[in-house]
Amino acid sequence: MHLSNIPSDLRYTKSHEWVRAAHGEPDGTVEIGITEHAQSALGDLVFVEVPEVGRAVKAGEASAVVESVKAASDVYSPVSGKVTASNGQLATQPELLNQDPYGAGWMFRVQTNAPVDDSALLSAADYANYLAEEAK
Amino acid sequence: MGLKTALYDTHVLQGAKIVDFGGWEMPLHYGSQIEEHHAVRRDAGMFDVSHMGVVDLIGDRVREFLRSLLANDVGRLKVPGKALYSCMLLPSGGVIDDLIVYFMSDTWFRVVVNAGTRDKDLAWIRRHAAPFTVSATLRSDLAMIAIQGPNAREKTLPLLAPAQRAAAGELAPFFGGTFDGWFIARTGYTGEDGFEVMLPAADAAKTWNALRAQGIQPAGLGARDTLRLEAGMNLYGNDMDENHHPLESGLAWTVAFEPGDRDFIGRGALEIPRRTPGDELVGLLLEERGVLRSHQKVVPAGEVTSGTFSPTLNRSIALARVPKTASVGVQVEIRGKLHPASIVKTPFVRHGKALISV
Repeated sequence: MHLSNIPSDLRYTKSHEWVRAAHGEPDGTVEIGITEHAQSALGDLVFVEVPEVGRAVKAGEASAVVESVKAASDVYSPVSGKVTASNGQLATQPELLNQDPYGAGWMFRVQTNAPVDDSALLSAADYANYLAEEAK
Repeated sequence: MGLKTALYDTHVLQGAKIVDFGGWEMPLHYGSQIEEHHAVRRDAGMFDVSHMGVVDLIGDRVREFLRSLLANDVGRLKVPGKALYSCMLLPSGGVIDDLIVYFMSDTWFRVVVNAGTRDKDLAWIRRHAAPFTVSATLRSDLAMIAIQGPNAREKTLPLLAPAQRAAAGELAPFFGGTFDGWFIARTGYTGEDGFEVMLPAADAAKTWNALRAQGIQPAGLGARDTLRLEAGMNLYGNDMDENHHPLESGLAWTVAFEPGDRDFIGRGALEIPRRTPGDELVGLLLEERGVLRSHQKVVPAGEVTSGTFSPTLNRSIALARVPKTASVGVQVEIRGKLHPASIVKTPFVRHGKALISV
């Protein structure tokens, strides 16, 4: 298995989402997407359903759907809060998730109204270890 | 560990993502399933289909045996090399498997069956072959490569030995023949022109690499599924199975009721359904974004049997079993919501061209 790209400035979940704390935003808005490993495992993505702006999501709740040619998979919000933005470009260009999962392939932003509970999330190093364990 | 074809190591070396398929470790794709799909529609791609079961049936009464075993009539095969697509049925009319049968000679027919059903097929064939003193031999010594696409034949021919090249170049669609120890047929499962080549397993890797050097794109089971669905072709286990008869599986055209005195296995069970309205298999086009999947509910009635995203149409398509009385406009339930879909004529795509407007 090839080594996945796992940026060190992000936090991760065991269900292969990433969380980016927006810089300089005091309201605790975070950006969410799926990892390089996830997009690679899913294969060519052909359909993405992102949550509507304004929707309240809970940590661990299925909040978006990504579909590859083969199968549909839920994307779970790693945090609780209100959706403030979602990436409309993915509707017409789902391949952005394959090409640039940490950049142009971001999925949605959630305003958490409270500091994100980091203890529930994995660091880049922990996520890398988790992937290595999963591959065994 | 699953079963491996003679090309397994080659697939791994060439970057294949390997998945289990009917007990076999097969390539799903070599990087991008969609690119592989387009390569077959626009140029040429190749598939390792060595996992499929090649069974040689030999005996003086082999034709008589197959006229009893198969729902289609091998009596239609008059010219050696000609192929026929058929179902093999249970007495209940349920489909044991779908297969291709080649008429090789008056004492030799070759059938190609699905990988996942191979063992039960062989057992069934042997049980029914015994009274006809026909032998059934599984040709595990052969590998099979399907080369498909508008440029598949012209890219393959230069690699063949001169005698093979001349004969293969003249094959009409749905014909095959043995040339210099290789069986070459102008058949496939993609809706494109091309060859299916059965060759000694020891020659498989060398041949695969030579085909690749000709610019033929290795393609995995992922592309094979989207290509066959666009071509409106059934997949055993999805679109037909032992619980459904061919008339409700889009396969009425493969059941030869004439001549009326040919008593093939399953015939009795089909006599009532052929005269009464029931279900049929139809093509579906999703009118919105999203992806149709097998087992999704069709409203007012029916079920998706195979669904996918069509790379050629850039829309989701499916095969679905619905009542014959269904109107063109239906809805499909995807994750609890109803989405409009239309019943359309299949195939969706053939010879690189969309046959339905989206």
